[in-house]
Amino acid sequence: MEWLLWFTRFENTKPLSLVIFFLVFCGILFYVFGSKKRGEKLESYKNIPLQDDEI
Amino acid sequence: MATASIATAGVGTSEQYNYDIIRKFAIMTFIWGAIGMFVGVYIASELAYPFLNFDNPYITFGRLRPVHTSGVIFGFGGSALFATSYYVVQRTCQARLFGGEGLANFTFWGWQAAVALSALGYMFGYTQAREYAEMTWPVDLLILFVWVAYLAIYVGTLLKRKQPHIYVANWFYLAFILATALLHIFNNLQVPVKLFSLESYSLFSGTQDAMTQWWYGHNAVGFFLTAAFLGMMYYFVPKQAGRPVYSYRLSILHFWAIIFLYMWAGAHHLHWTALPDWTGTLAATFSIMLLLPSWGGMINGIMTLSGAWDKLRTDPVIRFLIVALSFYGMSTFEGPMMSLKDVNALSHYTDWTIGHVHSGALGWVAMITFGSMYHLVPRVWNTQMYSVRLINVHFWLATIGVLLYITAMWISGIMQGLMWRAFDDFGNLQYSFVESVAAAHPFYVMRAVGGAFFLAGMILMCYNMYKTIRQGSTEAHAGLNVAAA
Repeated sequence: MEWLLWFTRFENTKPLSLVIFFLVFCGILFYVFGSKKRGEKLESYKNIPLQDDEI
Repeated sequence: MATASIATAGVGTSEQYNYDIIRKFAIMTFIWGAIGMFVGVYIASELAYPFLNFDNPYITFGRLRPVHTSGVIFGFGGSALFATSYYVVQRTCQARLFGGEGLANFTFWGWQAAVALSALGYMFGYTQAREYAEMTWPVDLLILFVWVAYLAIYVGTLLKRKQPHIYVANWFYLAFILATALLHIFNNLQVPVKLFSLESYSLFSGTQDAMTQWWYGHNAVGFFLTAAFLGMMYYFVPKQAGRPVYSYRLSILHFWAIIFLYMWAGAHHLHWTALPDWTGTLAATFSIMLLLPSWGGMINGIMTLSGAWDKLRTDPVIRFLIVALSFYGMSTFEGPMMSLKDVNALSHYTDWTIGHVHSGALGWVAMITFGSMYHLVPRVWNTQMYSVRLINVHFWLATIGVLLYITAMWISGIMQGLMWRAFDDFGNLQYSFVESVAAAHPFYVMRAVGGAFFLAGMILMCYNMYKTIRQGSTEAHAGLNVAAA
């Protein structure tokens, strides 16, 4: 279990969290802009507020 | 849908959605707006003309200042957020509020009691002395219960939605509810002096206490006054413009970037203090990075009008919404700039900070609220606005008021910063503190005048809303459903 001590050091966890957050952000960026088909689907959601009067 | 409307028409809870709670919060938005802004103008006048204290301890600046901030942030802003979030979540999810009338009414009465008790408490001298969280511990507990109920209503409504996708405005509202819960709990960890005492001590001490307080303070701005009102923007700008938001994908990126970055920026309020230097540097770095999503969101909102710019000329409600976004852009540029240590060395403890706060609070928060309320109120009372002309007058009063206010505070603040750091040839301070106070006097008068303009607009809005509500009906919606069936 000594390997857990590695996480108790700020000099390790700060760059680690930076890498994690950066990768998550890149993942979101890829999810949003990575596929044309998915992009069109996402863009279709912007009409939701305009459709609520018809319901 | 029509069948359901017929089945429920004609009784008090006949509407497809719970609009009753929205109406209640909307009315309190106007009442708290008028009270909070009046107190703001009064304390601004006290700073310019101290005789207005009248040697009465209950109305001194120190006691009335939190009445003003709580009144406008939690009374006016909070009620507007409850009203609009309940409206948006129901309409975009096509579902009635979860928890029935009882739970929703609990959030209404609990929230109003918390704001009113806080304000009275401050005037009687009961305060926790934490900025924007001055409420004493029993009020903190009341807010906690209200907030848990609010979260349950919101998440419950999202869970029973008929629309498969959760529209992005709801993401912002939900982030606001979750973050505010987190902030409220940790910032208010207090030990009461005794069970039946309103006094308490913070669980934290020294620098940690300051850090906790500004982690709360900045994120209250970030999540209560920004993320939540962005939720408002993402629904009401497209609705009023009659066209969808410019880019839905940009709104997703806007959301996640804001959520990632805001939590880290609070320490920039504590530059040049006992706080470790690296913490301030980290906060300044995140503050600068915040500029990108903030402007991305602003551009997304403003570009929604792309191809329909003429509405800016013809529709004063759209004008409110778009000018609000412009102020959002301006204050989210100013904020990162002021977080830089060199700029902060000049700006901190001066009126520049007050000007910055009000360009956000009046220009962004209040203006987007005005625009959204002018859209919402006629719809929940099934009528038209009593006077569009008065909306236009309100717009100009508000705009002139904000500009007077922030210009006065910029001049005053930069002047104070320069006077405080000026040295003579012998290395002595060139000006005494009281000389900087005397130099600021004309700008304090100008600020009070700006505030009075803004208050006049708010009172005009109250009148316009009163007349609109009087001519409206809470029953017509059910009738319309029956007619449609």
